Amino acid sequence: MAEVTISDLRKSYGGLDVMHGVNVDIPDGEFVVLVGPSGCGKSTLLRMIAGLEGVTGGTIRIGGRVVNNLPPAERNIAMVFQNYALYPHKTVAANMGFALKMQRMDRAEIDARVARAADILGLKPYLARFPRELSGGQRQRVAMGRAIVRDPEVFLFDEPLSNLDAKLRVQMRSEIRELHQRLSTTTVYVTHDQIEAMTMADRIVVMKDGHVSQIGAPLDLYDRPANVFVAGFIGSPAMNLIEGVVRRDGGVVVEAGTDRLPAPDLPGMDDGRRVIFGIRPEHLLRDDAGFAAAVAVVEPTGAETHVVLRMGARDVVAVFRDRLGLRPGNTLRLSPQPGMVHVFDAETGQRIG
Amino acid sequence: MATRTPISRSIAAHAVLITYTLIALFPVFVIVINSFKSRRAIFNDPLAVPTAETFDLVGYATVLKQGDFFQYFLNSMTVTVASLFFVLLFGAMAAFALSEYRFKGNLLMGLYLALGIMIPIRLGTVAILQLMVASGLVNTLTALVLVYTAQGLPLAVFILSEFMRQVSDDLKNAGRIDGLSEYRIFFTLVLPLVRPAMATVAVFTMIPIWNDLWFPLILAPAEETKTITLGSQVFIGQFVTNWNAVLAALSLAIVPVMVLYLIFSRQLIRGITAGAVK
Repeated sequence: MAEVTISDLRKSYGGLDVMHGVNVDIPDGEFVVLVGPSGCGKSTLLRMIAGLEGVTGGTIRIGGRVVNNLPPAERNIAMVFQNYALYPHKTVAANMGFALKMQRMDRAEIDARVARAADILGLKPYLARFPRELSGGQRQRVAMGRAIVRDPEVFLFDEPLSNLDAKLRVQMRSEIRELHQRLSTTTVYVTHDQIEAMTMADRIVVMKDGHVSQIGAPLDLYDRPANVFVAGFIGSPAMNLIEGVVRRDGGVVVEAGTDRLPAPDLPGMDDGRRVIFGIRPEHLLRDDAGFAAAVAVVEPTGAETHVVLRMGARDVVAVFRDRLGLRPGNTLRLSPQPGMVHVFDAETGQRIG
Repeated sequence: MATRTPISRSIAAHAVLITYTLIALFPVFVIVINSFKSRRAIFNDPLAVPTAETFDLVGYATVLKQGDFFQYFLNSMTVTVASLFFVLLFGAMAAFALSEYRFKGNLLMGLYLALGIMIPIRLGTVAILQLMVASGLVNTLTALVLVYTAQGLPLAVFILSEFMRQVSDDLKNAGRIDGLSEYRIFFTLVLPLVRPAMATVAVFTMIPIWNDLWFPLILAPAEETKTITLGSQVFIGQFVTNWNAVLAALSLAIVPVMVLYLIFSRQLIRGITAGAVK
């Protein structure tokens, strides 16, 4: 039980700066997901919290205590790794109890804790087995059990579901979430999968190139992305981003090629400003007065249909819940749903309004 | 080509392997059978197996009577096992440091340590002898152990660091988070996982040490520090060679190294199958 405070954290390898002053406050009991493309520094940040990477500048506090120079074992954290990292020559029970044994805990207490964790995770029948005799999902549960028995102040997860198949991943996702609801231990979870981030997090930290791009609740990020990067990263299929110029003649529109897209009248929407017009695929509505686009690809997913449309030289994706029986070559007329348009500055990528 | 079934292919493969084995084992076979024959029988028909008439243990009798053969054995064994121990220990530790830690000159240090693979240690014999004389280590087994450790380290570091790079970083980090010291990580997590590589290195290191004649002759020719290879040479004279004794001594010399090899090769096979059934 502890809050984690990261202030102005920096990291460089040799002369190369990979983290440029990251600030994140994680209150006690929160489930925070670090998400971003590969190389954005999310894993480095997690490993710095764990103490597996040195800190170049700034501080990391766990429960108010600066842990910059503490070895991993003294930070009272537990970590779950992508490829499980179970000790291959120890049984499930020995794997789970090993950290406690290293702390010279009483044998009976270790057994009790291992039994309790095994109970929570449904691992009772497998305690005497070796990791190689378990399936991927079971191994991942053992790795979580190893973290639980320590009763740490912070759980760290490093892409724990990446090695599992799609179905198991969805199942483990809710299991981890449920585990957090039960233990309410502060959790930092790293993933590159924005769906995992959206479904699991209390708050998401989106990272890019060693900077924090935006921090917020999943739906806040979805509804009000602070910049073009977050807009494009969160949500699947990704938001349509169309570059254009603001024109204020009568209404406010963004002129992109020959198309004129109706835009909200926000402060800063000055005539002639170069902007990026963003609209999520599900917010493109069929409208006989809208712009015309030719259907290029139709991708039915069952519940909804993703349609890739060619609009001038650009591809735009729209999502429809009703089955329209579209075929490639058909023409659709679409317009953005009012109030659902995002506008970003073309130079800085920052949100306008 | 179309008629080549998997069975015929496996017969062909086995034929090649068996032929190779026969060629490789033939000299050993000749040494062993002749060691059980009388001197006359060795020269009359070197390739015949011993029969009731030609069977003779005189070679073994000579060897066991002559000098201190048991002592020579013990010397060889001591030198080989001690050198092997140090090569594996220091080699593995150096390999771990090179593969695990990022530090200035890591690559250069690795190259420097591997240089010994290409430069024969015998080139430095004179300097080594001077060194041993100066430090009063001539005619001690310590001298041999030191030289052989130096001789075996380059290959050990080279092979083991390559294998240790493949040990999962996550596993080592999990150990760190569980509170293991770097030494415990090395001994309890990494070493068991590179055991097949250790066995390979052990076999490659052991055989040249056991068979070496050069350094025992130069550094430790005294009666009480003679190795078995050097000890066998007493039967080879300038004018007369006691072939029975030479062959018997060589046959005996094969036994301990074979036992060691069997121990290590069990590890090798266990390592390979452990990977296969995972």
